[in-house]
Amino acid sequence: MSLTHQDVARIAKLARIAVTDAEIEAVGAQLNNIFGLIAQMQAVDTDGIEPMAHPQDVSLRLRDDVVTESDRREAFQAIAPQVENGLFLVPKVIE
Amino acid sequence: MIPAELVPGALRFPVNLPSLSGHYDTMINATLKALSQQLAAKAVSSEELAGLYLNRIAALNPVLNAFITVDGDKTLAEARAADALRAAGQAGPLAGVPIAHKDIFCQQGWKTSCGSKMLDNFISPYDAHAIEQCRAAGLVTLGRTNMDEFAMGSSNENSFYGPVKNPWDLAAIPGGSSGGSAAAVAARLAPVATGTDTGGSIRQPASHCGVTGIKPTYGVVSRYGMVAYASSLDQGGPLAQTAEDCALLLNVMAGFDARDSTSLERTKEDYTRDLNKPLNGLKIGLPREYFAEGLAEDVAGVVDGAIAELKKLGAEVVEISLPNTQLSIPAYYVIAPAEASTNLSRYDGVRYGHRAAEYKDLVDMYEKTRAEGFGAEVKRRIMVGTYVLSHGYYDAYYLKAQKIRRLIANDFKAAFERCDVILGPVAPTAAFNLGEKSGDPVQMYLSDIYTLSVNLAGLPGMSVPAGFAANGRPVGLQIIGNYFAEAKMLNVAHQFQQVTDWHRKAPAL
Repeated sequence: MSLTHQDVARIAKLARIAVTDAEIEAVGAQLNNIFGLIAQMQAVDTDGIEPMAHPQDVSLRLRDDVVTESDRREAFQAIAPQVENGLFLVPKVIE
Repeated sequence: MIPAELVPGALRFPVNLPSLSGHYDTMINATLKALSQQLAAKAVSSEELAGLYLNRIAALNPVLNAFITVDGDKTLAEARAADALRAAGQAGPLAGVPIAHKDIFCQQGWKTSCGSKMLDNFISPYDAHAIEQCRAAGLVTLGRTNMDEFAMGSSNENSFYGPVKNPWDLAAIPGGSSGGSAAAVAARLAPVATGTDTGGSIRQPASHCGVTGIKPTYGVVSRYGMVAYASSLDQGGPLAQTAEDCALLLNVMAGFDARDSTSLERTKEDYTRDLNKPLNGLKIGLPREYFAEGLAEDVAGVVDGAIAELKKLGAEVVEISLPNTQLSIPAYYVIAPAEASTNLSRYDGVRYGHRAAEYKDLVDMYEKTRAEGFGAEVKRRIMVGTYVLSHGYYDAYYLKAQKIRRLIANDFKAAFERCDVILGPVAPTAAFNLGEKSGDPVQMYLSDIYTLSVNLAGLPGMSVPAGFAANGRPVGLQIIGNYFAEAKMLNVAHQFQQVTDWHRKAPAL
């Protein structure tokens, strides 16, 4: 497998990371090296092996459906880049 | 915009630092255990101790860069509160002892940067569970230690704040990602520190800096408030001079917490309970694959020497095999980036953290914010993760890696039927030079070979100082235990430290 410049641009787009044309070459080469390392996996026979997500194979707990958080809006918004009237501001999305 | 006064300067010391007392050398080299005894005997106050360490940090941090944030007034206030508790007869055994926290644990009122420009302006509005536990025990925060950005790295060269220097040799890396914590303990800038380990990030820097560190079984220390990297692998733990100190601090950090969905509901243990057990009849497993090609001769020599010491204490050695060891590298470098790409999608410049100054629309804001806020290695891992999780590739990469993860866990399961603990090296070589591998990510990844499989299996692992390499840099012995065998591993390490003095050696600074 070898990623083209187009592939790298698409991945960067999906990851929401701006990559300049000048960076694509170097980033692509590094990603290809990493995928070269990862490719070792494909030679391993894993038929019938159960995938493992948690070492103890525990299932997620359910909690009671009650309010557990207090209202800390002010503290949380004090560290936000842009707020107004208790709302987080983002650039206009709908014209 | 965040008001400038809310963002603490990097290192702030009180105008009038308490002057150095006659205790300086004794106290600076004392263990957590010894300091708690001195405090109980009222031979020293917590405020005096905090002052001593702040003085030392002020003198040495400009060279080592182990701390990202120091706020002396806050530290002294915590110390005075601990002294007041003690005067009132309400202090717990560890109250008033100073501690350094890895800059990954959210701590209310402190900048929690995680080594990233993205969080350079983030003052945490809440405490991580591990921090709550330390506060409740009365431990006094000395500051926040440097680390690879978002804990991604094995050399500390990926920090937005510049690399930490290894106190044993300023040309060497301290290891990563908990490099600041390991260097701080080694240089006696703190008696103990917290760290986290996703692929070796406690054990490898502990090994490279000549300190003791333990990564507990996955689920033992809550991940609540620990900035997430790879959630199915991340685990917090202590770094200290001795195994006994690690046990004491793990007693504080461990415990069930409902706010971490993978925290394990277990009865609270005393990790010091088995420290003094004799090692007669202990079965040590030596994995053939850990002593094969690629292991430096001087590191192998140190590990062999440590095994010989343990044999003298009555331990027996059996050869075992962990045949899928090599596959831990590709499996880890699929699973960790996949989980990282998901976890780090929260950094969008909307609710907290960095936001680009100029943008033309919402998507442009996301893309510029993330391009500016993340460093090169973090971007690489996010992109690898994005690709392996993208449409049509999930089965070939993530699911395949999760199956290999099972094979690796099964290797350990079979091995632990034949032995009590597994011993081996932590890293193939002693600390390499700053800049030596930073241009080649794959070379850097390969150096994680002996630590990754422990995280993939979810087992506990530790590093114990065991000697020095040919170039004079420290080398650790890795101890791997079965699930929940922390007390057993700490027992082995403590007994080893009763007959050796590698853990007492400190760099000349």
